[in-house]
Amino acid sequence: MNWAWFHRLASPPHIYRLAQQLTPWFAWPAAALILTALYGGLVLAPPDYQQGDGFRIIYMHAPAAWMSLMVYTTMAVAAAVALIWRMKVAHAVAASCAPIGASFTFAALVTGSLWGEPMWGTWWEWDPRLTSELILLFLYLGYMGLRGAIDDPQRADRTSAVLAVVGIVNVPIIHYSVTWWNSLHQAPSVMRLGKPQLSMPMLWPLLLMLLGFTLFFVAVLLVRLRGEILVRERSASWIREVVGT
Amino acid sequence: MPREGLEVENLHLWRGERHVLRGIGFALPRGGCLHVAGPNGSGKTSLLRTVCGLLYPESGRLLWDGRDVHQDLPAFHSTLIYIGHEAPLKADLSARENLRYWVGMRRRIGRGTLEATLQRVGAAAWSERPARTLSAGQRRRIALAALSLLWVPLWLLDEPTTNLDTEGQQLVGTLIEEHIARGGLVLAATHHELPLRRQVQRLELMHG
Amino acid sequence: MDDPRTPALPAAAAPALSGATTPHDAASVLDAALLVLERDLTLALRRRGQLVQPLAFFAIVTTLFPLAISPELARLREVAAGVLWVAALLASLLALEFLFRDDAYDGTLEQYALSGQPLTGLMFAKTAAHWLLTGLPLALMAPLAALSLGAPPGSVPGIVASVAVGTVALSLIGSIGAALTLGIRRSGVLLALLTLPLALPVLIFGARASELAIHGESYLAPLELLAALAVLGITLAPLASAAAVRISLE
Repeated sequence: MNWAWFHRLASPPHIYRLAQQLTPWFAWPAAALILTALYGGLVLAPPDYQQGDGFRIIYMHAPAAWMSLMVYTTMAVAAAVALIWRMKVAHAVAASCAPIGASFTFAALVTGSLWGEPMWGTWWEWDPRLTSELILLFLYLGYMGLRGAIDDPQRADRTSAVLAVVGIVNVPIIHYSVTWWNSLHQAPSVMRLGKPQLSMPMLWPLLLMLLGFTLFFVAVLLVRLRGEILVRERSASWIREVVGT
Repeated sequence: MPREGLEVENLHLWRGERHVLRGIGFALPRGGCLHVAGPNGSGKTSLLRTVCGLLYPESGRLLWDGRDVHQDLPAFHSTLIYIGHEAPLKADLSARENLRYWVGMRRRIGRGTLEATLQRVGAAAWSERPARTLSAGQRRRIALAALSLLWVPLWLLDEPTTNLDTEGQQLVGTLIEEHIARGGLVLAATHHELPLRRQVQRLELMHG
Repeated sequence: MDDPRTPALPAAAAPALSGATTPHDAASVLDAALLVLERDLTLALRRRGQLVQPLAFFAIVTTLFPLAISPELARLREVAAGVLWVAALLASLLALEFLFRDDAYDGTLEQYALSGQPLTGLMFAKTAAHWLLTGLPLALMAPLAALSLGAPPGSVPGIVASVAVGTVALSLIGSIGAALTLGIRRSGVLLALLTLPLALPVLIFGARASELAIHGESYLAPLELLAALAVLGITLAPLASAAAVRISLE
């Protein structure tokens, strides 16, 4: 038995099995919460006095935008842990986060654009929050591009981990500077993608949706993480036992 | 009572999927020389780079004078010089300038010492020319000059005699022997034999 | 040819090897950093052709805009600050590719990592050299470009100040990207993709400062923000570059 493998990694077989067991505990509640929130937001909540039914896209847009940032933070924290304590499983977590976060970011951009169109008359305005989301998408793409460009897996892990940590430090700076820039050129008549005044019947579906998205993220992360571990550990002996079952 | 010198215990290193170093261990006391032998690809360079701290082993211990090397890498680095296959020379700088920058970053050296060393390695005639015009053997000699100038105990040499003529190889042998006599340590990786007058410790690395 | 005799090293030059690991004549980190700076400057000045290339690029890019938009100075003046800054940003990116590349190929970077000197300090020295060779000349050329785009002569101090400070931040931010993309084939585009999002705040504040200078207003606020970015860069960027360089040596 090749025990040396266990010295290297923070027990990937353990993490693999744990991920396998935990996934349904996140996936089913996520589905339930999202469906409930959708019903609450699309059907139950009253229309906004200013935007009518158009505001309902906030139930997709705001949680997606929030998740895009949360996933990046998770990725950066996992990267930092991996760098400091040399934990390879943490690298696998960071790698698994990136495409999920990029998807959330893309969803936030699309829903933001759809939301803004009736108000602006165009599909894109250089709204500060949407612009920050766009830059966040570039950060994700840069991270994934860097990973893909380095052949050696260990180097790819560690190099992209440095990038993730540098990125998270920059995100608040970028956000501040974009908001500052936008405030300089703001014509007063342009309506921003601000949150409409939300009363309780409109608010609870939003919070529920946010929780649902979070659980959804964890579920998808666990699934991707298992895939990552399988690829990284493909020549280890424990894989044959696991995949054989 | 801490042991003096370099101690390596049960070193394991993976490069991607390859288990390159499998439980390597040795003790190199002051005044000792270790010849790391083995065919190409057996991990000689990886071993040297792991001892330097450039590569991080998955398990094992590296001790210098009884202290874990990774506790204070910069201090450990100031006690060693690592010279890889190629001497790190800048093509547009002369041999003398290259030496001045390379060594000067670590030790303040006077003009006289620099000249004397260049003389000793036989570089006096061509020390002004840009490094890109130098032959491989001449570049190696500049590396030997750096070895003489950097007054550090631990020498990590990768293929020290490659590209040198007989005379150059004798110079390497003389330098190593002088260094050991002063209480220095030499770790030399090469698939050739070392041009030394006496037998030294030998570590044979097998193919992975 | 070579001297066959090998005289022994003079005894006076040989302090004891056993015991102290740091000889009394060890170089300090400042000595090392200054040597790194001196070496980079010397090397660059021996290849003056390469040195001029980013500046020529800057000039050409600024020329593109009048040709693509309009020769009317009134119209150009409106976009002058932005054009100037985009051109400066792209020119800096070009020069960044070579910040670590040669050192990585010939083993110099490895020796830096093994020198026992703080790698962070050496990274800072290299970035300082890069700024002296690229950023500072750009800051001196920028007013010419601005004037050609219709900026009034009174805007020159503001433009020089904003580009000078901004390029300090750019060199620092860019050094991170350059260190991360070491050893990647044809990394130019990836380097740009990684650096540009991180450099956006510099672009925003710098262009604003230049814009205000062109309109004859006070540009102190954005300039101070630029300076803050530069200071932040000085404290953090060399750390990140050093980490990335160590990883590239693994």
